[in-house]
Amino acid sequence: MKIIVGLKQVPARDSVLRTNASGRWIDESDLAFEINEPDAYALEAALQLKEKHGGEVVVLTAGPPGAAQSIREALAKGADRAIHIEEENLGHRDTLGLAGLMARALEPEKPDLILTGLQSDDLGYGQTGVVLAELLGLPHATIIMQVEKLDGSIRVKRELEEGWFENIEIPLPALLTIQSGITRLRYATLMGIKKAKTKEIRRVAAADIATSAAPAVEISRVYAPHKTKQTEILTGNAQEAAAKLVERLKFGARVL
Amino acid sequence: MSILVILEQRGGVWNRMSFETLAAAVQMGRELGQPVSAAVAGDQVAALAAEAAAYNIEKVYALDHPLLARYTADAYTAAFEQLVRSAKPELVLLPHTYRVRDFAPKLATRFGRVLVSDAVGHRIEEGRPVLVRQLFQGKLNADVRFASAAPNFASIQAGAYRADLLEQGRAAVESFAPELGAGAIRTQPGEPFRESQRGVDLTAAAIIVSVGRGIKEKDNIAVVERLAQALGGELAASRPICDNGWLPMERQVGSSGQTVAPKLYVAVGISGAIQHLVGMKGSKTIVAINKDENAPIFEVADYGVVGDLFEVVPALVEEIRKAKG
Repeated sequence: MKIIVGLKQVPARDSVLRTNASGRWIDESDLAFEINEPDAYALEAALQLKEKHGGEVVVLTAGPPGAAQSIREALAKGADRAIHIEEENLGHRDTLGLAGLMARALEPEKPDLILTGLQSDDLGYGQTGVVLAELLGLPHATIIMQVEKLDGSIRVKRELEEGWFENIEIPLPALLTIQSGITRLRYATLMGIKKAKTKEIRRVAAADIATSAAPAVEISRVYAPHKTKQTEILTGNAQEAAAKLVERLKFGARVL
Repeated sequence: MSILVILEQRGGVWNRMSFETLAAAVQMGRELGQPVSAAVAGDQVAALAAEAAAYNIEKVYALDHPLLARYTADAYTAAFEQLVRSAKPELVLLPHTYRVRDFAPKLATRFGRVLVSDAVGHRIEEGRPVLVRQLFQGKLNADVRFASAAPNFASIQAGAYRADLLEQGRAAVESFAPELGAGAIRTQPGEPFRESQRGVDLTAAAIIVSVGRGIKEKDNIAVVERLAQALGGELAASRPICDNGWLPMERQVGSSGQTVAPKLYVAVGISGAIQHLVGMKGSKTIVAINKDENAPIFEVADYGVVGDLFEVVPALVEEIRKAKG
């Protein structure tokens, strides 16, 4: 099976975020970046399928040149090669524009399966995969917990709300968005890191394949959330804070 | 010019988020001076359509077709594409359910549009809706504008609008028969199932102590368990804890677990990702203990302690024991 993994690089989970001068995005200058966690699970699912059925795992990333860090990490974990759609600032593209770039970059590939994480930890739209499937004319399923390969198709376990699941059979080629936490993530081995240096990264300039469509939606402002509740922060050392909290729970909220 | 709400039902049972979304649409409709319609799809949905028509909206479309009996992305996208092309709404609103996440981006793409997903609120600027949504797992908010002509698409987060504010009324019901062929449906879904019987009904608990990633290791869960015992509450967890197998799935609170509203909810080492918040933000009193003062959990907390849970929680257990005598 030839499996494409859509993988995004995002600010590290514990980053302290500030809006930039434009007020329309964050200041990325001092941030550390990492593989979007849900995409790391998509990569893991792809590597496990390859180990079972053979084939090739190809990473597809759209992002600035610095996103090569996450691509190398994916290659070190076992992906065979990568396609990097390079653009310094992808921020002016919406999901459709971005998925359009990915669809164009995949034209020569003819994959059997495309996997992505179910959402990104930065924008969190949770739809790049579905939009890409539609642009490529592929069937899809979202929030997938398990993938089982059949003859010319796959059976997947899809999560529904409140503890419900369903199995779906989908003909190949297809696109799946993978749920986080479904398995344990592997670490890159020293050998893997060494090998990654020799693996192919096909670089595609976004400008060369860009479609001219104007964005359908745009972020006009990014800001700290307004508090919906008046939160009382209890200060002092652990003992003092605990004592204050118990007093509030006893006499304020009356739950003790 | 109108707003169309796509309601959700499964097996004749409404997803309650449908009516929160309808409330959002009615509010926007009032502010924009636009009528609101709703649509429900399935096989034999006349009774459901009649229920939806009891609200103060203009029209309810009943999309009936045997191929809509069970959800597939292909059939639902095709059916609603036909409805949107025919009804020509300005804005299509959907509840941000797992099903909507599956087909709504595909539907919007059919129109060259982008779904503004998981909106938590809105404002009207220059006569047009601006949607508010969360970025970075709730650490920041963003205002998102539609830059294209109608139709535009947005989905609404659970709990963002109040369904109980909907007023009664009498809407017209209109049948809409989509043209669907079995050959165009590529996926074959099976019967929905549950993995195991639920042993714990968290929804009945008056006090819940919930633990998240901040606990670091499985063995540390005992620290939080002692707090649950001291309070006489149930132990629960955010998703990563259950994914790791540190607590059983049946103790998970959030969009993929249980939705709870106890008298007291204590979140320990939980940052407060949207998926968790939607499962607990209806709790009467919320306490958050977290080392990161910027954690989104503090947005919904009544009382917060910023500090190391391994110091704060044992101190709290001691104080509770003292208070209870």
